[in-house]
Amino acid sequence: MAALLALLVLFILYPVVRVLWVSLSDEEGKLTLLHFANFFRRPLFREALWNSLLSGVLVVLFGSLMAVPLAYFSVRYEFRGKILLQTLATLPLVIPPFVGAVALQLILGRSGMVNLLLMRWFDWSVPFMEGLTGVVLVQTLHFFPFIMLNTAVSLSNIDPSMEEMAQNMGCRGLRLFGRITLPLMLPGYIAGSLLTFIRVIDDLGTPLMLNYKNLLAPQAYLRITTIGIDDVDGYVICVILVILSLVSLAAARKYLGLAEYATVQRGAVAARPVHGRKRFLVLLFCGLVLGISLLPHMGIFLLSFSKVWSFSILPATYTLDNYTEILFRVPHFVRNTLLYTILAAGLDVILGAAIAFLLLRSRIWGRNLLDAIATLPLAIPGVVLAVGYLRVFHGWDFPGAGAPLTSTWFILVIAYTMRRLPYTVRASYAALQQVHVSLEESAQNLGANRLKTFYKVTLPLITGGLVAGGLIAFITSSVELSSTIMLVPRFELGPISYGIYVYMQSAALGRGAGAALGVVAILLVSLGTYLTHRVFGGRAGSAFRV
Amino acid sequence: MNRAAVLSSLLAIFIVATTPLFAKEVVIVTSFPKELFETYKKAFEAKNPGTKVIINSKQTNAGVTYIRETKTRPEADIFWVSAPDAFQTLKADGLLDKYSPPKEIMSRIPAKIGTFPIHDPDGSYFGFAVSGYGLMWNKNYMQAHKLPAPKEWVDLANSRYYGHTVISAPSRSGTTHLTVEVILQAYGWDKGWALLLNSGGNMGAITERSFGVPEAVNSGQYGIGVVIDFFGLSAIASGQPVDFAYPSLTSVVPASVGIVKGGPNPESAKAFVNYLLGEAGQMVLFSPEIARLPVIPELYAKGPKNYPNPFTMKLGGLDFNNRLSSGRRDVVNSLYDHIITFRHRELKEAWGTIYRAEEAIARGKGKDLAQARNLVAEARKLASQAPINDKKASDKDVVGAFKSKSGLKAELETEWEKLARANYAKAKELAEKAAGLAR
Repeated sequence: MAALLALLVLFILYPVVRVLWVSLSDEEGKLTLLHFANFFRRPLFREALWNSLLSGVLVVLFGSLMAVPLAYFSVRYEFRGKILLQTLATLPLVIPPFVGAVALQLILGRSGMVNLLLMRWFDWSVPFMEGLTGVVLVQTLHFFPFIMLNTAVSLSNIDPSMEEMAQNMGCRGLRLFGRITLPLMLPGYIAGSLLTFIRVIDDLGTPLMLNYKNLLAPQAYLRITTIGIDDVDGYVICVILVILSLVSLAAARKYLGLAEYATVQRGAVAARPVHGRKRFLVLLFCGLVLGISLLPHMGIFLLSFSKVWSFSILPATYTLDNYTEILFRVPHFVRNTLLYTILAAGLDVILGAAIAFLLLRSRIWGRNLLDAIATLPLAIPGVVLAVGYLRVFHGWDFPGAGAPLTSTWFILVIAYTMRRLPYTVRASYAALQQVHVSLEESAQNLGANRLKTFYKVTLPLITGGLVAGGLIAFITSSVELSSTIMLVPRFELGPISYGIYVYMQSAALGRGAGAALGVVAILLVSLGTYLTHRVFGGRAGSAFRV
Repeated sequence: MNRAAVLSSLLAIFIVATTPLFAKEVVIVTSFPKELFETYKKAFEAKNPGTKVIINSKQTNAGVTYIRETKTRPEADIFWVSAPDAFQTLKADGLLDKYSPPKEIMSRIPAKIGTFPIHDPDGSYFGFAVSGYGLMWNKNYMQAHKLPAPKEWVDLANSRYYGHTVISAPSRSGTTHLTVEVILQAYGWDKGWALLLNSGGNMGAITERSFGVPEAVNSGQYGIGVVIDFFGLSAIASGQPVDFAYPSLTSVVPASVGIVKGGPNPESAKAFVNYLLGEAGQMVLFSPEIARLPVIPELYAKGPKNYPNPFTMKLGGLDFNNRLSSGRRDVVNSLYDHIITFRHRELKEAWGTIYRAEEAIARGKGKDLAQARNLVAEARKLASQAPINDKKASDKDVVGAFKSKSGLKAELETEWEKLARANYAKAKELAEKAAGLAR
């Protein structure tokens, strides 16, 4: 516990406080709340706050409409192509920086594929990508897998006897879902919605790619990264974002704390085959949702083979040069990404499991503090954490490294681990919430010590949650840019996201090569997801069925 | 748990991971595109065997932050970007070393390009290439929307380009900030802001990154973009259906290189600067994928045919005042953001309504045309008004507010924003009324 707390304080709390302190101090360095008072006095920030909250709620709402049915189908129904569905459904989380935006514009933008077709056929176009509506649309397509993944884990952990009892008493269909299944899968659903909500209000990539700036996260980012000014308002907004995230975390926990979700029985309701019209409808729904949410990916794929794609429905000229460039001239981007993200996801799983265990199974003082610190990274812009790392770790040689931590590539692994830790904590927490403590107590009654109980009983039961969390950590790390760009010590140590940035700067190689790197990132993630399903999908008990 | 094992294996990884140090290196933080830094890396390493060029590619603002945050123990030797404000900031913070390159190199480079000094007068940074600002447009897009090619800055305020143009915010792009200053100095403060506000109302989008503009034009999302010349020239060279032109009132400014104070390899850093400013390094700029303009005037005779030569180009006679520009930079940028970038929706609506009213008046069926004209004129005035005058923009207290934490900055920005909101709403209302009268 103490070691864990120390680790989180060193790599999350302290660097962040070092940066954010400026928002609470006046010119003499004394504590002041003036800047916070100013925040609420400014119409621009009040507007941004309202817009952020609104988009968070709307994305959770629309995302749930897409994610919950998908989760239900993928856990409860048996049909061909299910593993494909499960693999594809995680891909929306991987929108590579910059090229994702370009691809989305080329498909849905004002002169994109869809609008050019609409103009040709009906002389009419739809502003998909404009204003707050556009932001909500893209964020929904981008983040709904958070809800889906977490809901599916919960769903597969529900004690089948609960539903059977209800069915015996004549409860069926939607009523069964609403009365029994839905309440029982709440831990995962709430965890996913919470992650989505926090991620949306802290999301920077989408608003920036749509050039929409009146939200909290872009206001913070724009103010922090303006050259030559230390705009205190940027840091104030960061603190506001942190507070919002912690409040929503507390609210979710309070709500879940009202009821008991743990069950003693293990083993999920068996997936049943679907036929006929129902099967058609299920497949149609999955196809529609995935088809729309994978539009950017199709765009990136096309872009990676294009030489010129300008104001036309499809690229005008095609080429393979982009792949020659990235596969033969600079293969290190791919290798670095694999190394960093796998290490980070591994560390996240270990830390996430340990933290979730302490949170739910111990009575040690300060465990809620641990939870709060571990959730912080969700709300901290990558650039703040990165600046904090430079400030804290740059001046001195890290023992054993012979150089400051920030001069080695390991700083990237640490940044990814810490930034994605909330995912594994929440996923493990949700999984552990469904494991009844009596299972562990019986093991201990039979003579197993705590450690053995954890390894033999608890761990196998929460594997699904751990793997889901680790997978999300891996997927989202593979395209992380905001802290990467600040922390990469040199060109050769950069991962794929950094490579995309470098290519986007250049008009000659440009977006084609960037898109090819994006395709590689997407393929890596799909392969990872597919293998995970393969390895963990077949396990009984708390099977990983996502 | 096995935390000890994890930690010790981490340490082991560190030891292996630490990249072996070369005998001689030069570490460069740059925002330039890959083809530029790779070409220079190869050329410099070939000239100086045994010295390895280490590239650390970062966005300009990330680069400035990086140099700042690593100042206790700098790892970079060279800072190498376009934006002049980045150098001014680093110089003001005392993070750049002074250097005077050998006479035989410096004597070939003139002191000024137009009215802009090429090098920092104190020797903290040196211009190695110059670039001008202009307009690029997508030929397919213009054809499809039946639009003529733009020529001058004032064209950006033309109603026919409403919603078709794109620019990056001056606070995000040092090059756009200079374009804005060129406009403010060429047309005067009030007329300049009127032009900026009107063209701001015309913009389809205001991007956060400089390269978001050429990207939007190359892909045909928008028709016309305000860009620095090499974005246009290299896009043409790589076969995009775009074109580029310098307006008659333009300004040419240097892209610079500076030596980081206390960097690990001061000798190699000097050698790199000398190489960049010398003939061999300057000739590299002519290659088509780089397409930048050398600072040694006599080299243009050896360059490709029809290559733009800024030393013979007519620069519109604009007497660019660099001190004025950098003195009020923060104020101008924040003003632009709070009345244009963050109020873009309202501003765009106001101008759209004004244009519609003017069209209705031009068709001229209503009875009260004179009254309608007055209302539109009033609306135009409201939607073209800067909240402060130029005296206030250079005022010591106002400029100082952007460097301190006193809360004055928040007050000013709120005031500007409120005024902009009120003006644009009123302008829209008046224009709607005018349209009603004209119908």
